[in-house]
Amino acid sequence: MENNAFYVALSLLFSLDAALFQIVMLSLQVSLLAVLIAAVLGFPLGAAVALWRFPGRGGVIVMLNALMGLPPVVAGLMVYLLLSRAGPLGELGFLFTPGAMVIAQVVLVLPILAALSRQKVEEMLGEYREQFVSLGMSRARMMPTLLWDARFALLTVLLAGFGRASAEVGAVMMVGGNIDGVTRVMTTAIVLETGKGNLPLALGLGIVLLTLVILINAGAYMVGELTRRRTG
Amino acid sequence: MKKTLNLVLAGVTAMGLALSAHAEDYITLASTTSTENSGLFDSILPKFEEASGIAVRVVAVGTGQAFELARRGDADSLLVHDTAGEKRFVENGYATERADVMYNDFVLIGPESDPADVRSAKTAAEAFAAIANAEAPFTSRGDDSGTNRAELRLWENAGVEPGGDWYRELGSGMGPTLNTAAAMDAYVMSDRATWVAFGNRQNLTLVFEGDDVLFNQYGSLLLSEEKHPHLKHGLATKWHNWLISEDGQRAIADFKVNGEQLFFPNAK
Repeated sequence: MENNAFYVALSLLFSLDAALFQIVMLSLQVSLLAVLIAAVLGFPLGAAVALWRFPGRGGVIVMLNALMGLPPVVAGLMVYLLLSRAGPLGELGFLFTPGAMVIAQVVLVLPILAALSRQKVEEMLGEYREQFVSLGMSRARMMPTLLWDARFALLTVLLAGFGRASAEVGAVMMVGGNIDGVTRVMTTAIVLETGKGNLPLALGLGIVLLTLVILINAGAYMVGELTRRRTG
Repeated sequence: MKKTLNLVLAGVTAMGLALSAHAEDYITLASTTSTENSGLFDSILPKFEEASGIAVRVVAVGTGQAFELARRGDADSLLVHDTAGEKRFVENGYATERADVMYNDFVLIGPESDPADVRSAKTAAEAFAAIANAEAPFTSRGDDSGTNRAELRLWENAGVEPGGDWYRELGSGMGPTLNTAAAMDAYVMSDRATWVAFGNRQNLTLVFEGDDVLFNQYGSLLLSEEKHPHLKHGLATKWHNWLISEDGQRAIADFKVNGEQLFFPNAK
């Protein structure tokens, strides 16, 4: 029984192990905070690129789309070099803290939120353009209206970003250091247990992580459906 | 709208506070995967914290990367196992003091069937030569870790230039390398601690041990205050001194997995 990953996952969930609870909470905090910050920056950025015409716009769109595929370990290395004592932001002493992990995940999630919201806002702009013109609205005024009306699509975009953040291991491993009780999250704990050859425990942790992600997605879906029904 | 925004801001602040709420005294220790994977730190760090009030945050990487972290000023203290590299580190001015802390040994692991007949070898050189002659699959760390550096010295010792289809450089830590060796039925050199604590052996078994050249010395380094004045030298010195003190040495000797002692204290 102890060698069955599903059994391990279930007993992990029901034992409410304090160390596991801390790891789960840190995973959620880091990834949710990263997605929140990336949304605050990325949605207006995406909408701005959709609304304004400027030289080099095509290049910006290509860059945003390409950066959606940025390997996490490269993002981790860049943030590591930035936060390392020998690096430009070394003075902050941020390396090997949860804050550093949030920064690395923002770098990973921001392009996804910006690129996908750019696409969605541009589509909606096509539908709304005549109405906006007849109302004589400025581009800056259009932005909040478009973002608000795209909210259901943007919720899915947020979930894509959260999926990226909660699933990656390369970046948080490098800038967090997988320190027990301080920067250990679900994915780095899985890497550690695999390294110890504790494969059932590693897979059990993987099942716990998957369960959490499913719950969050189900929650977001229900919130989306409820508001959609209420607002028609 | 404004209310929601305030709520979000409050949430972000609360989360930020929760994430940075670690005010106690601590040092960051760069160390190796072998010490972390074996469970040594889980056993000795609480004892040090109780005695000193200092928490030790371990970043477990290969010895090569551990040196790099220390060189850049990202770790307060170093505990690694590459004596030659450690002495160079002191000579180059990155560390001011190096002390022997403990030792264990490397062991050769291979498939139960032992196709290269390593079991009948009398010395490590013979064992390595037998693997090369039989061109039996061998998985190497290939990650510039202390174990990797020791393994390369042992090939040289056996007069073999490892290479070819049978020699696989994995570029990963000790545990992942053992996982791969188990899946490939390959030979692999491991430190004893990681091997004893390893849970996914499949067909693998210990095929050679006991030669003096397999000795694996761990050393603690006090980093240079001059190069990196921001480091927590005071706290790091307490840790360094505790490791080589009677209490620290006893804590290391008391750490056992399945009744087997994995590290042998030998501070002078």
